[in-house]
Amino acid sequence: MGVKSLVSHTFMVTWKDLMELFRNKMGLIMLVLMPIFMMSMAGFIFPSSTSISHVSVALVNQDEGYGNYSASAILIAALEQMNNNTGMMTITNASSLDEVREIIQRGEVDGGIVIASNFTSSLMTGKQGTITIVTDQSNPQMSMVLQIALTEVFEQIGTWVAEQNVQRLPGIDESNSLATVKPYSVQTEGAVSGSFSYFDFMAPGLMAMTVMMSVMTGLPAAISHEREVGTLDGMMVAPINRLAIILGKTLAQTARGLLQGILILTLAVALFGVTIHGNILLIFALLLLGVFSFVGLGVVITSFAKDQETAMMVMMTLMFPMMFLSGVFFPIQQMPWYMQSISNVLPLTYAATALRKVMVSGAGVSMITTELAVLIGFGVVMTAIAVPVFKRAITR
Amino acid sequence: MIETRNLTKKFSKLVAVDHISFNVKRGEIFGLLGPNGAGKTTTIRMLSTLTRPTEGTATVGDYDIVKDDNEVRKLIGLVSEKIIMYDRLTAKENLWFFGRLYDISKEVLNKRIDELLELVQLGNWKDIQVGTFSSGMRQRMNVIRALLNMPEVLLLDEPTLGLDPQSSVEVREFIKKINRENKTTIILTTHMMVEADMLCDRIGIIDHGKIAALDTPTNLKKLVSGADTTILELEIANLTTNMVSLIQSLKCVSSVSQDNSTHIKVHASGDDAFDTIIDAIRAEKGKIASVKNLEPTLEDVFLHITGHEVRDKADQKIPMRRHRRFMPVRRRVR
Repeated sequence: MGVKSLVSHTFMVTWKDLMELFRNKMGLIMLVLMPIFMMSMAGFIFPSSTSISHVSVALVNQDEGYGNYSASAILIAALEQMNNNTGMMTITNASSLDEVREIIQRGEVDGGIVIASNFTSSLMTGKQGTITIVTDQSNPQMSMVLQIALTEVFEQIGTWVAEQNVQRLPGIDESNSLATVKPYSVQTEGAVSGSFSYFDFMAPGLMAMTVMMSVMTGLPAAISHEREVGTLDGMMVAPINRLAIILGKTLAQTARGLLQGILILTLAVALFGVTIHGNILLIFALLLLGVFSFVGLGVVITSFAKDQETAMMVMMTLMFPMMFLSGVFFPIQQMPWYMQSISNVLPLTYAATALRKVMVSGAGVSMITTELAVLIGFGVVMTAIAVPVFKRAITR
Repeated sequence: MIETRNLTKKFSKLVAVDHISFNVKRGEIFGLLGPNGAGKTTTIRMLSTLTRPTEGTATVGDYDIVKDDNEVRKLIGLVSEKIIMYDRLTAKENLWFFGRLYDISKEVLNKRIDELLELVQLGNWKDIQVGTFSSGMRQRMNVIRALLNMPEVLLLDEPTLGLDPQSSVEVREFIKKINRENKTTIILTTHMMVEADMLCDRIGIIDHGKIAALDTPTNLKKLVSGADTTILELEIANLTTNMVSLIQSLKCVSSVSQDNSTHIKVHASGDDAFDTIIDAIRAEKGKIASVKNLEPTLEDVFLHITGHEVRDKADQKIPMRRHRRFMPVRRRVR
């Protein structure tokens, strides 16, 4: 059997698989919907401090003032003005700390702000005014976000007040009052210019995951399905190289995965404002390399799982840890060390990292050599295991 | 054309095919007849290179099924028990796909697909997805798929399984036609005696993985009728158990089986068996509604040779390896 017929048979198998795919209307719709759902879900649901809105907060102003003067009124005015701009909170009034605690427990509000009764008088007598932020411990994520956001807000207002006060001191004018209050100015700058959202972090990983999962799950599903229905025998009795069957099916699954990948990329750019900084060809080359490294694993699973049901179960078991541990949705760095070490042996981690480096930071080939080496190495090892295992499994 | 020597296949402890040896001549229709689970499908799968034998050898057209598997594949066409067709592809696309796997040139293949579809009266259906076909049409597609490469040997595994009588007749006629016109050597498996009788030049009766008898249908039947056996089907209006046991006790009678409350089937031997039985029933005041003197069928042959009826084991399919966990291996009933 020459190379020529191997290529032609491979192509026929691919053609057949893709024809089946495109004739399956429902499957095709799912193929398009899946990445859209994934993107929207991951993008909108996961919390970040900048994206929270309409958090209901109870405000208690116990401040008795100092004569006619009330510092808390200024504070609340500033708070409300800020809130009008961001729409972060829905502020309701409450009478006491106990009431705030009670309505938090009843779940009517997510948190509370209590201004102490001696707020203005403390400030006027040169002491610190106290503001208490009450949080709902039953929702740690929310209470953390609220705490960070409110602390920042009051910090800003505090700085502004301090600046006003300092300006009245001798030898200090408007130009250097801020430097006196806050000697340091901290600025954050990314390695690449431009603004980044969570989507920029997630889109590359999601692409890598979709394409590779499609090969890893699609291949065993397709082969074990054909084995069960009996059509695999039709190919097996033909005088073709067994390699053509795997190659053909892999190509079809790769095409399917790439289609989804392109869809994700388009969605990310068009709907979620992701900008691509790297070379688009390098991105596709990376996706293909990812596919190569996953094919072997898919084939090994196919060989061991005798029917479609078993294959799907094995896939599910492998897919979930991969999804969450490979840093597609959450940064690996925030995991405990033992989870990180699992993460470090998953090929998807390297594919996602490499893709992220290229897409977000515009890295070139020279900057992702480690990832490339791991992916190629994994692919070669898996293929070396897969080919003999598959040949044995297929002729029992 | 085909030769097997001690061909054996074991699935863990279960011996599916047990040292089978037979020869099939060029242009012959050879039948493997036996109940489900007798090892017919496994034999076909070994001959079509889909399964490797555990022991023994077989050659198809002088090629070894293990060493020269690809040469064997070029010679054979397989009609499997399952329909080898993709539902979402049209009739033509299906045939095109499988045809291209045999490296048939595009022009030749195009022509052949049209001819084959015409041959089974599916010409008008060629651009319609196979998923919408009736089972009869699907089976015809299944057969012509195996003919794409003009095989010298056609292996048919239960070609009429699950078809209505009319479709079965059509498929059988078609098999005969292929054999007659193309001189194709055919091996077919069936559990239906009628089918084997109608189609086959020679029949191997296979039971528990072994060939129990191998001869032409006529000679096989002579095995039974040679011992001047008479087979009577009697309808007695007032049949009683007493009457049955009386007939059973007659010297010339070898077996009596009761089909329902009024019908019995009697196997008897000897020249005067007929008279003796009728007299015995008359003596018991039995009202004979009808008498049929039956030709021995292959059913009777099977019974005669294996000592049990075909339907004894009809529901016992040999568990394939992948089903092992869900189906306990049953002990064989002897």
